[in-house]
Amino acid sequence: MTGRNEGRQTAAAVASPGPRTQPGVAAGGIAQASAVRLPSTLRVGLSRGVVELKQFFRQKDAVVFTFAFPAFIALMLGLIFDEPVHGIADVRISQVFVAGMIAYGIVSTAFISMGVGIAVDREDGTLKRLRGTPVPAGAYFIGKIVLVGVSTVAGIVLLLAVGVVLFDLKLPTDPARWLTLGWLLALSVVSCTLLGIAASALARSARSAPAVLNLPAIALQFVSGIFVHNDALPDGMITVASFFPVKWMGQGFRSVFLPDSMMVQEAAGSWEPGRTALVLGAWCVAGLVLCLLTFRWVERDSR
Amino acid sequence: MTVISARDLRKSYRGQVAVDGIDLTVARGEVFALLGPNGAGKTSTIEILEGHRRRDGGAVSVLGEDPGTAGRRWRARLGIVLQTATDAAELTVRETVRHLAGYYPDPRDPDEVVAVCGLAEKAGARIRSLSGGQRRRVDVALGIIGRPELLFLDEPTTGFDPEARREFWALIRRLAEEGTTILLTTHYLDEAEALAGRLAVISRGRIIAEGTPQTIGGRATATATVTWRDGTGEHREQTSDPVALVARLTARADLSVSDLRVHSPSLEDVYLELIGERG
Repeated sequence: MTGRNEGRQTAAAVASPGPRTQPGVAAGGIAQASAVRLPSTLRVGLSRGVVELKQFFRQKDAVVFTFAFPAFIALMLGLIFDEPVHGIADVRISQVFVAGMIAYGIVSTAFISMGVGIAVDREDGTLKRLRGTPVPAGAYFIGKIVLVGVSTVAGIVLLLAVGVVLFDLKLPTDPARWLTLGWLLALSVVSCTLLGIAASALARSARSAPAVLNLPAIALQFVSGIFVHNDALPDGMITVASFFPVKWMGQGFRSVFLPDSMMVQEAAGSWEPGRTALVLGAWCVAGLVLCLLTFRWVERDSR
Repeated sequence: MTVISARDLRKSYRGQVAVDGIDLTVARGEVFALLGPNGAGKTSTIEILEGHRRRDGGAVSVLGEDPGTAGRRWRARLGIVLQTATDAAELTVRETVRHLAGYYPDPRDPDEVVAVCGLAEKAGARIRSLSGGQRRRVDVALGIIGRPELLFLDEPTTGFDPEARREFWALIRRLAEEGTTILLTTHYLDEAEALAGRLAVISRGRIIAEGTPQTIGGRATATATVTWRDGTGEHREQTSDPVALVARLTARADLSVSDLRVHSPSLEDVYLELIGERG
Protein backbone atom coordinates (compact mmCIF):
# COMPACT_ATOMS: atom_id res chain seq x y z
CA MET A 1 0.00 0.00 0.00
CA THR A 2 2.60 2.50 1.16
CA GLY A 3 4.76 1.73 -1.83
CA ARG A 4 1.97 2.41 -4.29
CA ASN A 5 1.14 5.71 -2.62
CA GLU A 6 4.74 6.82 -2.80
CA GLY A 7 4.82 5.90 -6.43
CA ARG A 8 1.82 8.04 -7.14
CA GLN A 9 3.33 11.01 -5.33
CA THR A 10 6.48 10.75 -7.37
CA ALA A 11 4.50 10.67 -10.57
CA ALA A 12 2.61 13.77 -9.52
CA ALA A 13 5.81 15.56 -8.59
CA VAL A 14 7.30 14.80 -11.96
CA ALA A 15 4.20 15.89 -13.80
CA SER A 16 3.68 19.21 -12.03
CA PRO A 17 6.60 21.31 -13.25
CA GLY A 18 5.13 21.40 -16.73
CA PRO A 19 4.74 24.49 -18.84
CA ARG A 20 3.97 27.30 -16.41
CA THR A 21 1.73 30.08 -17.53
CA GLN A 22 3.64 33.31 -17.57
CA PRO A 23 2.11 35.70 -15.00
CA GLY A 24 2.15 38.69 -17.34
CA VAL A 25 0.68 37.92 -20.72
CA ALA A 26 1.75 40.78 -22.90
CA ALA A 27 -1.35 41.50 -24.93
CA GLY A 28 -0.17 44.06 -27.41
CA GLY A 29 3.59 43.61 -27.33
CA ILE A 30 5.66 46.72 -26.71
CA ALA A 31 3.48 49.34 -28.25
CA GLN A 32 4.91 52.61 -29.45
CA ALA A 33 8.52 52.34 -28.37
CA SER A 34 8.69 56.08 -27.94
CA ALA A 35 11.15 57.79 -30.19
CA VAL A 36 11.62 60.54 -27.62
CA ARG A 37 14.40 59.89 -25.14
CA LEU A 38 13.85 59.82 -21.42
CA PRO A 39 15.76 62.45 -19.45
CA SER A 40 19.03 61.09 -18.04
CA THR A 41 19.30 59.87 -14.44
CA LEU A 42 21.90 62.54 -13.72
CA ARG A 43 19.74 65.36 -15.04
CA VAL A 44 16.68 64.25 -13.11
CA GLY A 45 18.88 63.63 -10.06
CA LEU A 46 20.31 67.16 -10.08
CA SER A 47 16.83 68.57 -10.53
CA ARG A 48 15.73 66.48 -7.52
CA GLY A 49 18.69 67.93 -5.63
CA VAL A 50 17.46 71.48 -6.27
CA VAL A 51 13.97 70.55 -5.09
CA GLU A 52 15.35 68.76 -2.00
CA LEU A 53 17.40 71.83 -1.07
CA LYS A 54 14.43 74.18 -1.55
CA GLN A 55 12.25 72.01 0.63
CA PHE A 56 14.90 71.64 3.31
CA PHE A 57 15.79 75.29 3.61
CA ARG A 58 12.13 76.36 3.60
CA GLN A 59 11.44 74.29 6.70
CA LYS A 60 12.69 76.57 9.42
CA ASP A 61 12.62 73.93 12.17
CA ALA A 62 14.62 71.45 10.08
CA VAL A 63 17.20 74.08 9.27
CA VAL A 64 17.60 75.06 12.90
CA PHE A 65 17.71 71.56 14.33
CA THR A 66 19.78 69.57 11.87
CA PHE A 67 21.89 72.29 10.39
CA ALA A 68 22.60 75.01 12.92
CA PHE A 69 22.36 72.80 16.03
CA PRO A 70 25.99 71.57 16.01
CA ALA A 71 27.25 75.16 15.73
CA PHE A 72 24.94 76.12 18.57
CA ILE A 73 26.21 73.33 20.82
CA ALA A 74 29.81 74.21 19.97
CA LEU A 75 29.01 77.79 20.92
CA MET A 76 27.52 76.78 24.26
CA LEU A 77 30.27 74.32 25.18
CA GLY A 78 32.93 76.73 23.99
CA LEU A 79 31.59 79.56 26.15
CA ILE A 80 31.43 77.30 29.21
CA PHE A 81 34.79 75.55 28.79
CA ASP A 82 37.15 78.17 27.43
CA GLU A 83 40.26 77.54 29.52
CA PRO A 84 43.55 76.23 28.06
CA VAL A 85 43.88 72.46 27.78
CA HIS A 86 45.75 71.05 30.76
CA GLY A 87 49.49 71.03 30.03
CA ILE A 88 49.16 72.47 26.51
CA ALA A 89 49.26 76.24 26.68
CA ASP A 90 48.44 77.16 23.07
CA VAL A 91 45.16 75.18 22.76
CA ARG A 92 41.87 75.99 24.46
CA ILE A 93 39.19 73.43 25.26
CA SER A 94 36.69 75.40 23.17
CA GLN A 95 38.83 74.73 20.10
CA VAL A 96 38.86 71.01 20.85
CA PHE A 97 35.06 71.04 21.03
CA VAL A 98 34.66 72.95 17.76
CA ALA A 99 36.99 70.60 15.86
CA GLY A 100 35.31 67.47 17.22
CA MET A 101 31.85 68.93 16.69
CA ILE A 102 32.31 68.60 12.92
CA ALA A 103 31.64 64.91 13.49
CA TYR A 104 28.30 65.76 15.08
CA GLY A 105 27.57 68.15 12.20
CA ILE A 106 27.98 65.31 9.72
CA VAL A 107 25.94 62.89 11.81
CA SER A 108 23.22 65.54 11.94
CA THR A 109 23.12 66.53 8.28
CA ALA A 110 23.91 63.12 6.81
CA PHE A 111 22.67 60.39 9.17
CA ILE A 112 19.73 62.06 10.89
CA SER A 113 18.40 64.22 8.08
CA MET A 114 18.74 61.33 5.63
CA GLY A 115 17.05 58.82 7.89
CA VAL A 116 14.24 61.18 8.85
CA GLY A 117 13.94 62.52 5.30
CA ILE A 118 13.39 59.09 3.80
CA ALA A 119 10.88 58.11 6.50
CA VAL A 120 9.00 61.33 5.71
CA ASP A 121 9.19 60.71 1.95
CA ARG A 122 7.82 57.24 2.50
CA GLU A 123 4.92 58.50 4.58
CA ASP A 124 3.86 61.66 2.76
CA GLY A 125 3.68 59.97 -0.63
CA THR A 126 6.90 61.35 -2.19
CA LEU A 127 8.33 57.89 -2.82
CA LYS A 128 5.02 56.52 -4.02
CA ARG A 129 4.60 59.40 -6.43
CA LEU A 130 8.12 58.91 -7.75
CA ARG A 131 7.46 55.21 -8.23
CA GLY A 132 4.59 56.16 -10.52
CA THR A 133 6.80 58.32 -12.72
CA PRO A 134 9.77 57.39 -14.92
CA VAL A 135 12.21 58.59 -12.23
CA PRO A 136 14.92 55.98 -11.61
CA ALA A 137 15.88 55.19 -8.00
CA GLY A 138 19.36 56.51 -8.76
CA ALA A 139 17.98 60.00 -9.44
CA TYR A 140 16.23 60.01 -6.07
CA PHE A 141 19.49 59.17 -4.32
CA ILE A 142 21.47 61.72 -6.33
CA GLY A 143 18.96 64.28 -5.08
CA LYS A 144 19.54 63.16 -1.49
CA ILE A 145 23.32 63.23 -1.96
CA VAL A 146 23.12 66.80 -3.27
CA LEU A 147 21.07 67.74 -0.21
CA VAL A 148 23.46 66.04 2.20
CA GLY A 149 26.53 67.45 0.42
CA VAL A 150 25.34 71.03 0.44
CA SER A 151 23.87 71.03 3.94
CA THR A 152 26.95 69.28 5.37
CA VAL A 153 29.42 71.70 3.83
CA ALA A 154 27.29 74.68 4.85
CA GLY A 155 26.94 73.29 8.38
CA ILE A 156 30.70 72.81 8.70
CA VAL A 157 31.39 76.30 7.37
CA LEU A 158 29.02 77.72 10.00
CA LEU A 159 30.69 75.66 12.72
CA LEU A 160 34.20 76.70 11.68
CA ALA A 161 33.08 80.32 11.48
CA VAL A 162 31.98 80.11 15.11
CA GLY A 163 35.34 78.52 15.99
CA VAL A 164 37.48 81.02 14.10
CA VAL A 165 35.58 84.15 15.10
CA LEU A 166 34.80 83.38 18.74
CA PHE A 167 37.37 80.84 19.85
CA ASP A 168 40.41 81.74 17.81
CA LEU A 169 40.54 78.42 15.97
CA LYS A 170 43.28 78.44 13.31
CA LEU A 171 42.51 76.97 9.90
CA PRO A 172 45.36 74.69 8.79
CA THR A 173 47.96 76.00 6.34
CA ASP A 174 49.58 72.62 5.61
CA PRO A 175 48.15 71.11 2.38
CA ALA A 176 48.53 67.62 3.89
CA ARG A 177 45.96 68.53 6.54
CA TRP A 178 43.50 69.76 3.92
CA LEU A 179 44.02 66.46 2.11
CA THR A 180 43.20 64.62 5.35
CA LEU A 181 40.10 66.80 5.71
CA GLY A 182 39.08 65.82 2.17
CA TRP A 183 39.16 62.04 2.61
CA LEU A 184 37.84 62.27 6.11
CA LEU A 185 34.81 64.26 4.93
CA ALA A 186 34.20 61.87 2.04
CA LEU A 187 34.33 58.73 4.19
CA SER A 188 32.31 60.32 6.99
CA VAL A 189 29.55 61.64 4.74
CA VAL A 190 29.29 58.42 2.73
CA SER A 191 29.17 56.15 5.78
CA CYS A 192 26.70 58.35 7.69
CA THR A 193 24.44 58.79 4.65
CA LEU A 194 24.31 55.05 3.95
CA LEU A 195 23.67 54.28 7.61
CA GLY A 196 20.94 56.94 7.63
CA ILE A 197 19.20 55.29 4.67
CA ALA A 198 19.45 51.93 6.38
CA ALA A 199 18.19 53.38 9.68
CA SER A 200 15.14 54.87 7.95
CA ALA A 201 13.83 51.31 7.81
CA LEU A 202 13.84 51.17 11.61
CA ALA A 203 11.47 54.09 11.96
CA ARG A 204 7.85 53.00 12.06
CA SER A 205 6.62 56.41 10.99
CA ALA A 206 7.89 59.83 10.05
CA ARG A 207 6.78 61.04 13.47
CA SER A 208 8.88 58.50 15.34
CA ALA A 209 11.89 58.78 13.04
CA PRO A 210 13.64 61.72 14.73
CA ALA A 211 13.41 59.99 18.11
CA VAL A 212 14.59 56.63 16.77
CA LEU A 213 17.57 58.21 15.02
CA ASN A 214 18.52 60.87 17.55
CA LEU A 215 18.83 58.52 20.48
CA PRO A 216 21.77 56.46 19.14
CA ALA A 217 23.27 59.55 17.50
CA ILE A 218 23.30 61.59 20.71
CA ALA A 219 24.52 58.64 22.77
CA LEU A 220 27.45 58.23 20.39
CA GLN A 221 28.33 61.94 20.69
CA PHE A 222 28.78 61.47 24.42
CA VAL A 223 30.75 58.23 24.46
CA SER A 224 32.86 59.31 21.48
CA GLY A 225 34.15 62.43 23.20
CA ILE A 226 32.31 64.98 21.08
CA PHE A 227 30.05 66.48 23.77
CA VAL A 228 32.48 65.79 26.61
CA HIS A 229 36.23 65.97 26.76
CA ASN A 230 38.04 62.64 26.26
CA ASP A 231 39.67 62.94 29.72
CA ALA A 232 36.30 62.69 31.40
CA LEU A 233 35.28 59.44 29.69
CA PRO A 234 35.48 56.05 31.46
CA ASP A 235 37.61 53.48 29.60
CA GLY A 236 34.58 51.29 28.92
CA MET A 237 32.87 54.04 26.99
CA ILE A 238 35.95 54.69 24.89
CA THR A 239 36.13 50.99 24.06
CA VAL A 240 32.46 50.90 23.00
CA ALA A 241 32.86 54.11 20.98
CA SER A 242 35.81 52.59 19.09
CA PHE A 243 33.46 50.25 17.27
CA PHE A 244 31.43 53.13 15.83
CA PRO A 245 32.35 55.81 13.30
CA VAL A 246 31.77 58.95 15.40
CA LYS A 247 34.85 58.54 17.62
CA TRP A 248 37.09 58.21 14.56
CA MET A 249 35.48 61.15 12.83
CA GLY A 250 35.99 63.37 15.88
CA GLN A 251 39.58 62.25 16.29
CA GLY A 252 40.20 62.81 12.58
CA PHE A 253 38.81 66.34 12.59
CA ARG A 254 40.83 67.20 15.68
CA SER A 255 43.93 66.00 13.82
CA VAL A 256 43.13 68.48 11.05
CA PHE A 257 42.43 71.55 13.16
CA LEU A 258 44.56 71.11 16.31
CA PRO A 259 48.35 71.15 16.64
CA ASP A 260 50.16 67.80 16.84
CA SER A 261 50.95 68.54 20.50
CA MET A 262 47.30 67.55 21.12
CA MET A 263 47.91 63.96 19.99
CA VAL A 264 48.70 62.88 23.53
CA GLN A 265 45.13 63.70 24.54
CA GLU A 266 43.72 60.99 22.28
CA ALA A 267 43.01 57.52 23.61
CA ALA A 268 45.91 55.98 21.71
CA GLY A 269 48.21 58.96 22.12
CA SER A 270 48.33 59.46 18.37
CA TRP A 271 46.01 60.63 15.53
CA GLU A 272 45.83 57.11 14.03
CA PRO A 273 44.90 58.26 10.49
CA GLY A 274 45.32 54.77 9.01
CA ARG A 275 43.03 53.11 11.51
CA THR A 276 40.51 55.94 11.12
CA ALA A 277 40.36 55.40 7.36
CA LEU A 278 40.01 51.67 7.87
CA VAL A 279 37.15 51.88 10.38
CA LEU A 280 35.24 54.50 8.38
CA GLY A 281 35.80 52.53 5.17
CA ALA A 282 34.44 49.41 6.85
CA TRP A 283 31.35 51.37 7.95
CA CYS A 284 30.82 52.55 4.38
CA VAL A 285 30.73 48.93 3.25
CA ALA A 286 28.52 47.87 6.15
CA GLY A 287 26.20 50.81 5.47
CA LEU A 288 25.89 49.86 1.82
CA VAL A 289 25.08 46.26 2.67
CA LEU A 290 22.49 47.32 5.26
CA CYS A 291 20.94 49.71 2.73
CA LEU A 292 20.58 47.04 0.12
CA LEU A 293 19.08 44.65 2.66
CA THR A 294 16.61 47.02 4.26
CA PHE A 295 15.58 49.80 1.88
CA ARG A 296 11.86 49.85 1.18
CA TRP A 297 10.01 52.14 -1.22
CA VAL A 298 6.73 51.92 0.65
CA GLU A 299 5.49 51.75 4.21
CA ARG A 300 5.57 48.55 6.18
CA ASP A 301 2.67 46.16 5.64
CA SER A 302 1.43 47.87 2.52
CA ARG A 303 2.65 45.59 -0.21
CA MET B 1 -7.03 48.21 -28.94
CA THR B 2 -6.91 46.91 -25.40
CA VAL B 3 -5.06 49.13 -22.94
CA ILE B 4 -5.78 47.21 -19.74
CA SER B 5 -6.49 43.53 -19.52
CA ALA B 6 -6.59 41.54 -16.30
CA ARG B 7 -7.59 37.94 -15.88
CA ASP B 8 -8.27 36.29 -12.54
CA LEU B 9 -6.43 38.98 -10.61
CA ARG B 10 -5.77 38.01 -6.99
CA LYS B 11 -4.28 39.71 -3.95
CA SER B 12 -4.44 39.07 -0.23
CA TYR B 13 -2.78 40.69 2.76
CA ARG B 14 -1.78 38.29 5.52
CA GLY B 15 -4.47 35.84 4.52
CA GLN B 16 -7.12 38.56 4.14
CA VAL B 17 -8.42 38.39 0.57
CA ALA B 18 -8.66 41.85 -1.01
CA VAL B 19 -8.93 40.97 -4.68
CA ASP B 20 -10.62 37.67 -5.40
CA GLY B 21 -10.37 36.91 -9.09
CA ILE B 22 -11.08 40.08 -11.04
CA ASP B 23 -11.35 40.18 -14.83
CA LEU B 24 -11.11 43.54 -16.50
CA THR B 25 -10.74 44.84 -20.03
CA VAL B 26 -10.44 48.51 -20.92
CA ALA B 27 -10.07 49.67 -24.52
CA ARG B 28 -8.10 52.66 -25.74
CA GLY B 29 -9.98 55.94 -25.26
CA GLU B 30 -12.46 54.52 -22.76
CA VAL B 31 -13.39 56.08 -19.44
CA PHE B 32 -13.91 53.15 -17.11
CA ALA B 33 -15.09 53.47 -13.51
CA LEU B 34 -14.59 50.99 -10.70
CA LEU B 35 -17.35 51.45 -8.18
CA GLY B 36 -17.62 49.90 -4.79
CA PRO B 37 -17.79 50.44 -1.05
CA ASN B 38 -14.68 51.12 1.01
CA GLY B 39 -12.55 48.02 1.38
CA ALA B 40 -14.07 46.35 -1.68
CA GLY B 41 -10.69 46.03 -3.39
CA LYS B 42 -10.80 49.05 -5.70
CA THR B 43 -7.52 50.57 -4.58
CA SER B 44 -5.71 47.23 -4.46
CA THR B 45 -6.82 46.54 -8.02
CA ILE B 46 -5.82 49.94 -9.35
CA GLU B 47 -2.48 49.83 -7.53
CA ILE B 48 -1.64 46.47 -9.04
CA LEU B 49 -2.41 47.88 -12.50
CA GLU B 50 -0.24 50.94 -11.73
CA GLY B 51 2.70 48.75 -10.79
CA HIS B 52 2.61 49.92 -7.15
CA ARG B 53 1.68 46.55 -5.72
CA ARG B 54 2.57 42.96 -6.46
CA ARG B 55 -0.24 40.62 -7.30
CA ASP B 56 -0.52 37.12 -5.90
CA GLY B 57 -2.00 35.67 -9.06
CA GLY B 58 -3.56 36.31 -12.43
CA ALA B 59 -2.42 37.68 -15.75
CA VAL B 60 -2.19 41.43 -16.25
CA SER B 61 -1.25 43.54 -19.20
CA VAL B 62 -1.26 47.33 -19.10
CA LEU B 63 -0.21 49.20 -22.26
CA GLY B 64 1.16 45.91 -23.49
CA GLU B 65 3.40 45.20 -20.50
CA ASP B 66 3.27 43.44 -17.17
CA PRO B 67 3.07 46.21 -14.51
CA GLY B 68 5.07 44.01 -12.13
CA THR B 69 8.16 44.14 -14.32
CA ALA B 70 7.69 47.13 -16.65
CA GLY B 71 10.35 49.82 -16.65
CA ARG B 72 10.83 53.58 -16.92
CA ARG B 73 9.64 53.91 -20.49
CA TRP B 74 6.34 52.26 -19.55
CA ARG B 75 5.92 54.53 -16.53
CA ALA B 76 6.46 57.54 -18.78
CA ARG B 77 3.24 56.59 -20.62
CA LEU B 78 1.13 56.47 -17.43
CA GLY B 79 -0.39 59.16 -15.30
CA ILE B 80 -1.21 58.28 -11.70
CA VAL B 81 -3.31 60.37 -9.36
CA LEU B 82 -2.72 58.99 -5.88
CA GLN B 83 -5.45 58.70 -3.32
CA THR B 84 -3.52 60.38 -0.55
CA ALA B 85 -0.37 62.38 -0.88
CA THR B 86 0.88 65.29 1.20
CA ASP B 87 4.32 65.57 -0.36
CA ALA B 88 6.06 68.69 -1.67
CA ALA B 89 4.35 70.83 0.97
CA GLU B 90 7.07 73.47 0.89
CA LEU B 91 7.18 73.85 -2.88
CA THR B 92 4.91 76.11 -4.89
CA VAL B 93 2.37 74.70 -7.33
CA ARG B 94 4.33 75.95 -10.31
CA GLU B 95 7.67 74.62 -9.01
CA THR B 96 6.22 71.17 -8.43
CA VAL B 97 4.52 70.89 -11.80
CA ARG B 98 7.64 72.18 -13.60
CA HIS B 99 9.84 69.80 -11.65
CA LEU B 100 7.76 66.76 -12.55
CA ALA B 101 7.63 67.86 -16.19
CA GLY B 102 11.39 67.28 -16.20
CA TYR B 103 10.86 63.55 -15.54
CA TYR B 104 9.13 62.93 -18.87
CA PRO B 105 10.36 62.73 -22.44
CA ASP B 106 7.49 64.76 -23.90
CA PRO B 107 5.68 66.69 -21.17
CA ARG B 108 2.82 69.13 -21.53
CA ASP B 109 3.50 72.82 -20.94
CA PRO B 110 3.54 73.23 -17.12
CA ASP B 111 1.86 76.65 -17.11
CA GLU B 112 -0.87 75.34 -19.37
CA VAL B 113 -1.46 72.32 -17.11
CA VAL B 114 -1.62 74.59 -14.06
CA ALA B 115 -4.22 76.74 -15.85
CA VAL B 116 -6.25 73.78 -17.14
CA CYS B 117 -6.46 72.40 -13.61
CA GLY B 118 -7.85 75.70 -12.37
CA LEU B 119 -4.75 76.56 -10.37
CA ALA B 120 -3.53 79.64 -12.24
CA GLU B 121 -4.30 81.92 -9.30
CA LYS B 122 -2.52 79.57 -6.91
CA ALA B 123 0.52 78.92 -9.10
CA GLY B 124 2.85 80.82 -6.79
CA ALA B 125 1.38 79.47 -3.55
CA ARG B 126 3.08 76.84 -1.40
CA ILE B 127 1.26 73.52 -1.62
CA ARG B 128 1.05 73.49 2.18
CA SER B 129 -1.31 76.49 2.01
CA LEU B 130 -3.84 74.93 -0.40
CA SER B 131 -7.29 73.63 0.47
CA GLY B 132 -8.04 69.92 0.14
CA GLY B 133 -9.73 70.38 -3.23
CA GLN B 134 -6.89 72.50 -4.59
CA ARG B 135 -4.39 69.95 -3.35
CA ARG B 136 -6.22 67.24 -5.31
CA ARG B 137 -6.09 69.39 -8.41
CA VAL B 138 -2.32 69.59 -8.00
CA ASP B 139 -2.31 65.78 -7.90
CA VAL B 140 -4.28 65.73 -11.14
CA ALA B 141 -1.92 68.28 -12.70
CA LEU B 142 1.03 66.05 -11.75
CA GLY B 143 -0.85 63.05 -13.14
CA ILE B 144 -1.29 64.57 -16.58
CA ILE B 145 1.93 66.58 -16.95
CA GLY B 146 3.68 63.71 -18.74
CA ARG B 147 1.00 63.54 -21.47
CA PRO B 148 -0.11 60.04 -20.39
CA GLU B 149 -1.85 57.60 -22.69
CA LEU B 150 -3.48 56.05 -19.65
CA LEU B 151 -4.57 57.94 -16.56
CA PHE B 152 -5.38 56.31 -13.22
CA LEU B 153 -7.57 58.30 -10.85
CA ASP B 154 -8.11 56.82 -7.41
CA GLU B 155 -11.10 58.56 -5.79
CA PRO B 156 -10.10 61.84 -7.36
CA THR B 157 -12.84 64.14 -6.06
CA THR B 158 -13.00 63.10 -2.40
CA GLY B 159 -13.24 66.32 -0.40
CA PHE B 160 -14.32 68.52 -3.33
CA ASP B 161 -17.16 70.99 -3.04
CA PRO B 162 -19.90 70.57 -5.69
CA GLU B 163 -18.57 73.32 -7.92
CA ALA B 164 -15.02 72.00 -7.83
CA ARG B 165 -16.37 68.57 -8.68
CA ARG B 166 -18.17 69.89 -11.79
CA GLU B 167 -15.01 71.68 -12.91
CA PHE B 168 -13.01 68.53 -12.36
CA TRP B 169 -15.46 66.48 -14.40
CA ALA B 170 -15.14 68.96 -17.26
CA LEU B 171 -11.37 68.50 -17.10
CA ILE B 172 -11.64 64.71 -17.21
CA ARG B 173 -14.04 64.90 -20.17
CA ARG B 174 -11.58 67.12 -22.01
CA LEU B 175 -8.78 64.61 -21.41
CA ALA B 176 -11.02 61.80 -22.61
CA GLU B 177 -11.88 63.76 -25.75
CA GLU B 178 -8.16 64.08 -26.44
CA GLY B 179 -8.00 60.30 -26.42
CA THR B 180 -6.62 59.60 -22.95
CA THR B 181 -7.77 56.27 -21.57
CA ILE B 182 -9.00 56.75 -18.01
CA LEU B 183 -9.53 54.27 -15.20
CA LEU B 184 -11.09 55.82 -12.13
CA THR B 185 -12.32 54.52 -8.83
CA THR B 186 -15.02 56.36 -6.99
CA HIS B 187 -17.75 55.86 -4.49
CA TYR B 188 -19.78 58.71 -5.90
CA LEU B 189 -22.44 57.31 -8.20
CA ASP B 190 -23.15 60.63 -9.86
CA GLU B 191 -19.48 60.85 -10.72
CA ALA B 192 -19.46 57.44 -12.37
CA GLU B 193 -22.65 58.30 -14.22
CA ALA B 194 -21.29 61.66 -15.38
CA LEU B 195 -17.90 60.43 -16.57
CA ALA B 196 -17.79 56.74 -17.31
CA GLY B 197 -18.62 55.09 -20.58
CA ARG B 198 -18.49 51.75 -18.79
CA LEU B 199 -18.31 50.78 -15.17
CA ALA B 200 -17.93 47.79 -12.94
CA VAL B 201 -19.16 47.32 -9.40
CA ILE B 202 -16.71 45.63 -7.03
CA SER B 203 -17.76 44.05 -3.80
CA ARG B 204 -15.61 41.87 -1.55
CA GLY B 205 -12.88 41.63 -4.14
CA ARG B 206 -15.11 40.51 -7.01
CA ILE B 207 -16.79 42.25 -9.90
CA ILE B 208 -20.51 41.72 -9.35
CA ALA B 209 -21.82 43.76 -12.26
CA GLU B 210 -20.42 45.42 -15.33
CA GLY B 211 -21.96 47.55 -18.06
CA THR B 212 -22.75 51.11 -19.06
CA PRO B 213 -24.27 53.51 -16.51
CA GLN B 214 -27.57 53.10 -18.35
CA THR B 215 -27.68 49.32 -18.43
CA ILE B 216 -25.73 48.09 -15.43
CA GLY B 217 -27.49 45.67 -13.13
CA GLY B 218 -30.43 45.37 -15.56
CA ARG B 219 -31.23 49.03 -15.03
CA ALA B 220 -32.59 49.50 -18.57
CA THR B 221 -35.04 46.62 -18.29
CA ALA B 222 -35.92 46.90 -14.63
CA THR B 223 -39.51 47.59 -13.66
CA ALA B 224 -40.54 51.18 -13.08
CA THR B 225 -42.85 52.44 -10.39
CA VAL B 226 -45.74 54.68 -11.51
CA THR B 227 -47.63 56.67 -8.89
CA TRP B 228 -50.66 58.93 -9.38
CA ARG B 229 -53.70 60.38 -7.66
CA ASP B 230 -57.27 60.40 -8.89
CA GLY B 231 -60.80 60.69 -7.56
CA THR B 232 -60.50 57.40 -5.71
CA GLY B 233 -57.22 58.17 -3.93
CA GLU B 234 -53.49 57.44 -4.36
CA HIS B 235 -52.26 54.63 -6.56
CA ARG B 236 -48.98 52.87 -7.07
CA GLU B 237 -48.18 50.30 -9.73
CA GLN B 238 -45.04 48.39 -10.76
CA THR B 239 -44.68 47.95 -14.50
CA SER B 240 -42.11 46.97 -17.06
CA ASP B 241 -43.83 49.24 -19.59
CA PRO B 242 -44.48 52.60 -17.88
CA VAL B 243 -45.19 54.35 -21.18
CA ALA B 244 -48.20 52.13 -21.87
CA LEU B 245 -49.53 52.60 -18.36
CA VAL B 246 -49.26 56.38 -18.56
CA ALA B 247 -51.00 56.34 -21.95
CA ARG B 248 -53.81 54.25 -20.52
CA LEU B 249 -54.26 56.60 -17.55
CA THR B 250 -54.34 59.76 -19.59
CA ALA B 251 -56.80 58.17 -22.06
CA ARG B 252 -59.42 57.61 -19.34
CA ALA B 253 -61.69 60.63 -19.47
CA ASP B 254 -63.62 59.61 -16.34
CA LEU B 255 -60.65 60.20 -14.07
CA SER B 256 -58.83 63.42 -13.30
CA VAL B 257 -55.31 62.11 -12.85
CA SER B 258 -52.87 64.30 -10.94
CA ASP B 259 -49.41 63.94 -9.38
CA LEU B 260 -48.40 61.45 -12.05
CA ARG B 261 -44.87 60.19 -11.49
CA VAL B 262 -42.72 57.60 -13.20
CA HIS B 263 -39.79 56.40 -11.17
CA SER B 264 -37.22 54.19 -12.85
CA PRO B 265 -34.40 52.86 -10.68
CA SER B 266 -31.50 55.29 -10.34
CA LEU B 267 -27.92 54.10 -10.58
CA GLU B 268 -27.89 54.43 -6.82
CA ASP B 269 -30.87 52.07 -6.45
CA VAL B 270 -29.18 49.52 -8.70
CA TYR B 271 -25.89 49.92 -6.90
CA LEU B 272 -27.32 49.52 -3.42
CA GLU B 273 -29.26 46.50 -4.62
CA LEU B 274 -26.05 45.01 -6.05
CA ILE B 275 -23.88 45.46 -3.00
CA GLY B 276 -26.73 44.20 -0.85
CA GLU B 277 -26.98 47.17 1.44
CA ARG B 278 -30.68 47.65 1.05
CA GLY B 279 -33.12 46.01 3.42
